[in-house]
Amino acid sequence: MPQNVDKILDHAPLFREPEYKQMLAEKAKLENMPSAETVTQIADWTKSWEYREKNFARESLSVNPAKACQPLGAVFVSAGFERTMSFVHGSQGCVAYYRSHLSRHFKEPSSAVSSSMTEDAAVFGGLNNMVDGLANTYKLYDPKMIAVSTTCMAEVIGDDLHSFINTAKLKGSVPETFDVPFAHTPAFVGSHVTGYDNMLKGILEHFWKGQTRTPDTSINIIPGFDGFAVGNNRELKRVLGLMGVKYTILSDVSDQFDTPSDGEFRMFDGGTSLEAAREAVNARATLSLQEYCTPKTLEYAESFGQETASFHYPLGVQATDELLQKISELTGKPVPQELELERGRLIDAMADSQSWLHGKTYAIYGDPDFVYGMARFILETGGEPKHCLATNGTKAWEEQMQELFASSPFGAGCKAWGGRDLWHMRSLLATESVDLLIGNSYGKYLERDTDTPLIRLMFPIFDRHHHHRFPVWGYQGGLRVLVTLLDKIFDKLDADTIDPGVTDYSFDLTR
Amino acid sequence: MSLDEEDNNDRELHARLIAEVLEAYPDKAKKRRQKHLAVAKAPDAEEKAEGGLSECDVKSNVKSVPGVMTIRGCAYAGSKGVVWGPVKDMVHISHGPVGCGQYSWSQRRNYYIGNTGVDSFVTMQFTSDFQERDIVFGGDKKLEKIVDEINELFPLAKGISIQSECPIGLIGDDIEAVAKKKKQESGKTIVPVRCEGFRGVSQSLGHHIANDAIRDWVFDKNDNHADFETTPYDVNVIGDYNIGGDAWSSRILLEEMGLRVVGNWSGDATLAEIERAPKAKLNLIHCYRSMNYICRHMEEKYNVPWIEYNFFGPSQIAASLRAIAERFDDRIKEGAERVIAKYQPLVDAVIEKFRPRLAGKKVMLYVGGLRPRHVVNAYHDLGMEITGTGYEFGHNDDYQRTGHYVKEGTLIYDDVTGYELERFIEGMRPDLVGSGIKEKYPVQKMGIPFRQMHSWDYSGPYHGYDGFAIFARDMDLAINNPVWGMFKAPWKSAA
Ligand code: SF4
Ligand code: SF4
Repeated sequence: MPQNVDKILDHAPLFREPEYKQMLAEKAKLENMPSAETVTQIADWTKSWEYREKNFARESLSVNPAKACQPLGAVFVSAGFERTMSFVHGSQGCVAYYRSHLSRHFKEPSSAVSSSMTEDAAVFGGLNNMVDGLANTYKLYDPKMIAVSTTCMAEVIGDDLHSFINTAKLKGSVPETFDVPFAHTPAFVGSHVTGYDNMLKGILEHFWKGQTRTPDTSINIIPGFDGFAVGNNRELKRVLGLMGVKYTILSDVSDQFDTPSDGEFRMFDGGTSLEAAREAVNARATLSLQEYCTPKTLEYAESFGQETASFHYPLGVQATDELLQKISELTGKPVPQELELERGRLIDAMADSQSWLHGKTYAIYGDPDFVYGMARFILETGGEPKHCLATNGTKAWEEQMQELFASSPFGAGCKAWGGRDLWHMRSLLATESVDLLIGNSYGKYLERDTDTPLIRLMFPIFDRHHHHRFPVWGYQGGLRVLVTLLDKIFDKLDADTIDPGVTDYSFDLTR
Repeated sequence: MSLDEEDNNDRELHARLIAEVLEAYPDKAKKRRQKHLAVAKAPDAEEKAEGGLSECDVKSNVKSVPGVMTIRGCAYAGSKGVVWGPVKDMVHISHGPVGCGQYSWSQRRNYYIGNTGVDSFVTMQFTSDFQERDIVFGGDKKLEKIVDEINELFPLAKGISIQSECPIGLIGDDIEAVAKKKKQESGKTIVPVRCEGFRGVSQSLGHHIANDAIRDWVFDKNDNHADFETTPYDVNVIGDYNIGGDAWSSRILLEEMGLRVVGNWSGDATLAEIERAPKAKLNLIHCYRSMNYICRHMEEKYNVPWIEYNFFGPSQIAASLRAIAERFDDRIKEGAERVIAKYQPLVDAVIEKFRPRLAGKKVMLYVGGLRPRHVVNAYHDLGMEITGTGYEFGHNDDYQRTGHYVKEGTLIYDDVTGYELERFIEGMRPDLVGSGIKEKYPVQKMGIPFRQMHSWDYSGPYHGYDGFAIFARDMDLAINNPVWGMFKAPWKSAA
């Protein structure tokens, strides 16, 4: 009997015990699965160039895409405003999914409500669901703002949020003056980064529309959809504090997705105050740290006469330099000595370790701005970001990536793949292998299939804990990313040289 | 204080908590919600005679109230997520936009043995990734193309299921026509499933629709297994999704007692196991909620009887093994006794070790359609007490069955809202809550130990004797971890 109370075995070891192995072998006889020979043959074929070509000829099927749908981005960005409840109009199942998805990554509560539309609402429209739903949310959860977005059901039947919300207000669901911004977030357009943009624009429109701007000296900063927001936003605030800049972060989820355990469940915590969001119209400029999360929002800010600029996930040396210089230029505040020291320390660390990073090859996938920022840092370390893939990346993104590759000798032979998925990536890794893969938890299947060590630096990360609590932006963040790369390289090297009397001549104490 | 008095207090407390949470709602919502909340009453004479401990009388399986934060999912989750997704040698297309398939990708821990991407496909996300033009012009042409591409790139897939997401039913696509046409062309099983998320009120209708799809698109076709040799001891296990290996730690017991498990639905299942099911002698249902429909059909059409069983905790396992054996000859009956005797020392050792650490601890549950009752005795076996339970998507018959598991005075909540659950937990301060990922972190912030009871919190299996040991260990490690003692800063505890 395999189970023993002194050492209780759960799934991983339990099913490797002889009784279970035997049982599974017996089960296999009843399964009608293909023969081992056939499986090996097909498995090898799926890693061939021939298969790669067929795979890339795919036009309709998507396999293991690396993107999510718009409302996820809407729920995320709404969570970064003070006491704001997301209200997603449409089917309720979707909302259960967004909440689970965010909770699994952040290991935190994620609150959002649905208008719970069902078949009758599909026929008659979801007005009643909106009217009742807003009243219930307002009364039960006491939010300061309710941010309304849509699932694809509401979009397909064409519910009109603007008029629905007005009707709900007339019927007294929430007070006339209560803040209910909204955005249509069709899941069949773009991805979660599009939803982020639409919802943020919806919120700003709600506060800014009809206002006249009285320019001040502050700047707005939009972080974009970011799994590392907890660490990154706090790092950003530290840096801005050191510079002595007046700023507003437009959607700051860092406290909402990192509440303490002290006996109290805080449904709402931190976030950009509604007052600050309203005042943000007067800012001198709005900076987006992720271009692809904000095209419409920035355009909207421009329409008020604000200056705007966008970045691609400020990770690494030059990306941070550029961000700081831009902030300095806009605010007239110099980059302080402390930050210059931090920069020097990052460079110092990179120099110390350069021999281990030089010439390493990488595959990187994720959201377009992350992939850009990550690839840029890899180039700075003397690495080669061979395969760069963003399922939600466009032609324009591919061109930007190509320019980036062209800017460095290490970019030669690197290629960006927009609109492709992780099954394409599998073919790339199987036919043109690289040293390291950078992505998210889904990448573990690629690690298994192609034996490429995975580094998790992109949302969502389900199977490793708490990394998102540390920043990857700025010089400090760069240091952390650097150490993460190095650890993986050294761990692999140790694992490859650990066999006593066979490979351990290279099991060096100092590396 | 005597036990009875304590029970009375519970009853009063629970009734008061219900009254309090209802006060928070606007009138209309209050009227709807009050029907879903109750304190379990004393059973009437008839129920008592049938072994009922209480009567759990709440309204269920009706629409959720908008805007209250229901914990429920949708029909797609019930079909793709629960019933079809685990069938390992088929490709399941999440048909529609990218989201639903992405969020449910690999999240249910349906273990299987296979070469993923080659002969098995469970932990992959296949989607038609609908774009605006597909919504406007319809997606049938795209779907045809997708089927062709799957057949080309995944030649060992035995079949394809088409799991409809919300838009499909709204734009008038004819996925049945596509399925028929493509089946004819390729000769492979293709199953269209109309499990759009807006149908029904929860995951539950999705289970039903998925069951019907098995009936209409798998059973009603040529017998591919005419030469399959049957035995008098062939059984199917129905409604075990092999979460963390549950079906395996169950199968080993059934086989040890002399039965042959010819099909497991649908954890670690192959299409062949589904097709062949009507040839078995008996269907054993674990998750009644999600698969009773197809068992009733098999009974009517193929004369395969079914019985419910419960493999959570030693008292239920032994009772179930005996009840199953009753349907067979002495060889199997002896087999059941042999199995029970064989594992008794393990059971004793587990109880001896963990009961002292867990006895008297109070537990609140909120799960799907089966576990809110099925796991109750496993807790009792460890001396723990259930003070509240409820279903996301139970029906009337589930609540009836619940009366056989929980005692009078238990707080019962159907389709509980985030607000209610938080208030109930705060008011009752149980020692452990068992529910889902969305509930986990709010509860833990309150300083209350928690186990996810859908995914086994990444542990498992919990079924069978081997599973019971893991279950006991996990409840112990959740409750008796030192972290719960450090929530208050020392300079605050004095205040
Ligand atoms: S794709 Fe549509 S139905 Fe699916 S989760 Fe997103 S909004 Fe919901
Ligand atoms: S056991 Fe519960 S969670 Fe699992 S399928 Fe049945 S109802 Fe759903």
